[in-house]
Amino acid sequence: MNPGIYLSLLIMCLTVYCIRMLPFLVFRKEITNVWLRSFLYYVPYVTLAVMTFPAIVMATDNIWSGIAALVVGLLAAWFKGDLFFVAVSCCATVFVTGLIF
Amino acid sequence: MTSNADLHWFARGLRDGIPICMGYFAVSFALGITARGIGMNALQAGLMSLGMVASAGEFAAIVLIQSAAGIFEMITTCIVVNLRYFLMSCSLSQKLSPDLPFIHRFLLPYCITDEIFGLSSAVPGYLNPRYSYGMTIVSVAGWTTGTVLGVLLGNIMPGWAVNALSVSLYGMFLAIIIPPARKDSFIAGLVLISMVTSGLFSILPVLREISGGFKVIILTLLIASGAAFIHPIDTGANDGDEA
Repeated sequence: MNPGIYLSLLIMCLTVYCIRMLPFLVFRKEITNVWLRSFLYYVPYVTLAVMTFPAIVMATDNIWSGIAALVVGLLAAWFKGDLFFVAVSCCATVFVTGLIF
Repeated sequence: MTSNADLHWFARGLRDGIPICMGYFAVSFALGITARGIGMNALQAGLMSLGMVASAGEFAAIVLIQSAAGIFEMITTCIVVNLRYFLMSCSLSQKLSPDLPFIHRFLLPYCITDEIFGLSSAVPGYLNPRYSYGMTIVSVAGWTTGTVLGVLLGNIMPGWAVNALSVSLYGMFLAIIIPPARKDSFIAGLVLISMVTSGLFSILPVLREISGGFKVIILTLLIASGAAFIHPIDTGANDGDEA
């Protein structure tokens, strides 16, 4: 049965919160298992890399803008690394290439 | 109770939250337009964004509301679509000092989004949760406002602005993963393999049918577990970790 829109929202918000909260309750001590520690150490790199490519290329109306943003983002991150600078560089690239293409 | 270090981390969080907020605004504006399309009002969409703070998760939630799904379907779909947050929370639980007051284990989960997780993981040593709280306040403000304005204003925002803002989040991801990859060739290889397989998953037949959320889960489990097997990290304590 359908619980109505506000109750639906409440149920879904609580579900998402619990998914995020449970690991914090379960892993209260530092994990000593080397493999598991290593696995969790590598998780962010893999997750973020998978989410970035190819999504960045597909994110704009024009694939060339996306490719340009990827290249500029990689260079900016490699040489400067500052979060805000890299994000703004990518946005500016899409804006400028949007004027050309 | 708040020390200078706490204030410093909170302020830094507020600053680092600005690019997240910009990126979120663009994404959540689109989300608001979608929510309006199925007949949700600004209050409902705003509450959804404030309570859930999940992009793919909220798109799924809109579809569930539209199809008048039952409670069981709602809960199972939410679990599957948001399962990557489970992995992220597992990972971030290892960044917390054993001395951290217990209350933070109930507050931090609300802050687990792709971006805030990424940045919180990237601080050296133990995480001061106030850093995550600072980022969360700024970025959730943008996320919720964007959703509400998307419902109210529809298609008023010019296309070029949406286009430019849409890559902001990916730029941030690059700023998180590339500097460590420059220092550590194993991380660099890991990032490259992750991107290549992710690319293959989006073009190869059968594999490209897999939804985005599932792709992230499958590849994270496979590649990170393989990496842990091939190249276990040797630090005994958390202090030496940089991610």
